[in-house]
Amino acid sequence: MENRIKALFEQKLQGLLSVYFTAGYPNLEDSVPIILELEKNGVDLIEVGMPFSDPLADGPTIQQSSEVALRNGMTIPKLFEQLKGIRQHTQIPLVLMGYLNPVMQYGMDRFLQKAKEIGIDGIILPDLPLSDYVREYKAMFEQNNLSKIFLITPHTPEQRIREIDSHTNGFVYMVSSASVTGSTNGNAVVNTDYFERVGQMGLRNPGMIGFGIHNRDTFSQACNHARGAIIGSAFIKALAQEGSLQQNIQTFIQSIKQ
Amino acid sequence: MNYNVDDNGFYGKFGGAYVPEMLYQNVEELRQNYLKIMAEPEFQEEMQLLLKDYVGRPTPLYFAKRLSEKYNTNIYLKREDLNHTGAHKINNTVGQILMAKRLGKKRIIAETGAGQHGVATATVCALMGLECIVYMGEVDIERQAPNVARMKMLGATVVPATSGSKTLKDATNEAIRDWINNPEDTYYIIGSVVGPHPYPDMVARFQSVISEEIKAQLKEKTGTENPDYVVACVGGGSNAAGAFYHYLDTPEVKLVAVEAAGLGVDSGESAATSVLGREGIIHGSRTLLMQTEDGQVTEPYSISAGLDYPGVGPLHAHLHQSGRAIFESITDDEALQAVLELTRLEGIIPALESAHALAALGRIGAKPDEVIVVNLSGRGDKDLTTYLDRFELHGK
Ligand SMILES: Cc1ncc(COP(=O)(O)O)c(C=O)c1O
Repeated sequence: MENRIKALFEQKLQGLLSVYFTAGYPNLEDSVPIILELEKNGVDLIEVGMPFSDPLADGPTIQQSSEVALRNGMTIPKLFEQLKGIRQHTQIPLVLMGYLNPVMQYGMDRFLQKAKEIGIDGIILPDLPLSDYVREYKAMFEQNNLSKIFLITPHTPEQRIREIDSHTNGFVYMVSSASVTGSTNGNAVVNTDYFERVGQMGLRNPGMIGFGIHNRDTFSQACNHARGAIIGSAFIKALAQEGSLQQNIQTFIQSIKQ
Repeated sequence: MNYNVDDNGFYGKFGGAYVPEMLYQNVEELRQNYLKIMAEPEFQEEMQLLLKDYVGRPTPLYFAKRLSEKYNTNIYLKREDLNHTGAHKINNTVGQILMAKRLGKKRIIAETGAGQHGVATATVCALMGLECIVYMGEVDIERQAPNVARMKMLGATVVPATSGSKTLKDATNEAIRDWINNPEDTYYIIGSVVGPHPYPDMVARFQSVISEEIKAQLKEKTGTENPDYVVACVGGGSNAAGAFYHYLDTPEVKLVAVEAAGLGVDSGESAATSVLGREGIIHGSRTLLMQTEDGQVTEPYSISAGLDYPGVGPLHAHLHQSGRAIFESITDDEALQAVLELTRLEGIIPALESAHALAALGRIGAKPDEVIVVNLSGRGDKDLTTYLDRFELHGK
C-alpha cells in the first residue's frame, strides 16, 4: 500500500495543515477522539506526540502537556493499544513524534513493526542523529514503509539540507526560527529569506513549516513559503480551554482555516 | 581496552551526540574546533597562566596523617578545595571561557547543581567581561544559597528551573533550551563530563590537570607516581575524570568512583546511577541513566546537590561496564559522618559531594603500605547550613 503521506502531498499542493498533540493530554483516553475530530474538521495530517519526561526541544506548553500525559499514565504500549484499529475509522496520515529514549527502551525494531501494523505513516525523532539513522535504522524504516521525517533550521547549511533531503521521504520539517516549540514572534513568521533559500533548492521532498505557527496569520504566511504548516503548542493551549474536546477542536481549527 | 573517546565521540558504546537539529551546528562547530584550539600555543599559555596565578594551581597534595592513622593506610588529599572559588569546577570554566572567546561568543550560559560550577562560570565571565546566565533548580537555589549570593555578586543572572525535580537535571534542560533559542552568540559552558560529544572529552581534558599534578607530586613525595587507589565522587563525573585521566591506562592504579546513594540504593530516593541505571539517552549522550521501564527519566535524590543527577558521563559508564573503575555508593548519613570525621581529624571542612569520596575510605580495605589519593573536589562553605542543622550545632 502506498504511504499516506506521499499520497497526501501528491493530491494536495498547498495550504496543508498538520496538527501536533501530546497523546494522553488532557485525558489519557483522548488520543483517538482527538484524531477523529481533527480529521472531521479538515486537518490534513496529524502528529501524535509520545510524551517524554525531559523534552529538550520543547517550550513550556508541550513540557506541561507531556507532564500531564505521563501522570495520566501514557506510555508507548498504551498508545499503541489505543491506536489499534484506528485505520477502520480514518485514513488520515499519522506521524508519531517523540524523543529517542522511550523508543530505544521499547526497542526500535519492535516499535517500527508495531507502528506499521497500526497503520502509522511516519516517525519524527528529533534527537536521533542522521548518521545513526542511516547506519542502523534506515533499512528498518523502509521495510516497514515508514517515512522518517527530519528537521532543518535556519542554521542548517545547504549541504546538510541536501543530505537530509536525500534520506527523507515524506516531507522536510522546516523549523521556522531558532527556538524551542511554542515561541511566537507576534503575528510574523520572520525567516522569509531562509524559506526562500530552501524553496529554491529544488528538494525532492515537500517542505512543511513548524514551530511558532499559532493563528490564521502565521499559518497563511507559512503556507506562502512552503506546502503547509504545523501547529502544536497553540493547539494544545486550545485543548485546555473550557468546553468539550469537540468544541475546542472545532473552534480552533476553524479559526486557522477561515 | 581504550578508555579515551574515539573518532565518533564514543567511549565503548557510550557517548555520541544525540541532539536535535537545532543544536547540531553549535555542537558541530565545537567538535571541529576544540582540539585545534586547545593545541594552540597561545591558548595553552593563556590558560596555564590563569590556572597558576588566578586559580592558584598547582593545588597541594596533602598527606593526611591523622586520617591515615585512623584507616591504617596512607591517605593523600588532592586539595581541589583550595582552588579559587572553592572547587575543581574552575579548571574547566577557565578552559571553556577561553574556548568561547576563540569562537567569538559573547553570551555565556551554564547549568549548576551545587552552585560551584555556576560560581566558577560567573567568575570567569566577570574576569572576561561577558554576560552570564546560570540555570539552577529551585530546590538547589534553596539548599545552596551562599553560592546563589556569590553568583549574583559576580553579576550573573540566576534563572530558577522549576520543572521536574527542580534540580541539576532540570537546570541542564533549561540551559539546553536557552542554547536552542540563542544559537548564534551564545556559548554553553557545561559543568561536567556530560552532554553531547565533544563536551565529555573537552571537560575531561580541562580537568586532567588534576591527575597530571598528582603524578608529579606523588613521585616527589613517595618516589612513585602511581598510588594504589584514586578515589573521587561522581555526579556527572568531572572531578573523577580529571583525577583518573592520566591513570586510565595504568591498570595497577585502582580507580574508585563514588556515587550518592541518597537514603539508600533500594529506598527509591537515590542517585546511584551505576546501580540503578540502564543504558539510555540523557542530555545528548548515550550513557547509564536512571529511568522507568518506559524510558522516562527517574527523579534522583541526594543530600548533595552536585551528585543529585540521574546519569553519569559516558566515560564513567564505560569505566563501569568495562570494570576499569570500582563503583561505590554512599548514603547521605555516611557522607555526613565523613564530613565530621575530616573536619575533626584534619581541620578541613569538605563539600558534601567530596564527603562521599571520603566516606568510601572505609570500603576500600587498603593495606598499611598502600597509598590512596582522594580527590577533595571542594570545600564545605556552601553546605554549612546543612551541617549546622544535621550536627545540631545551632546556638551552641
Ligand atoms: C565540590 C564538588 N564536587 C563534585 C561535584 C560533582 O560534579 P562532578 O561529578 O562533575 O565532579 C560538584 C558539583 O557541583 C561539586 O561542587
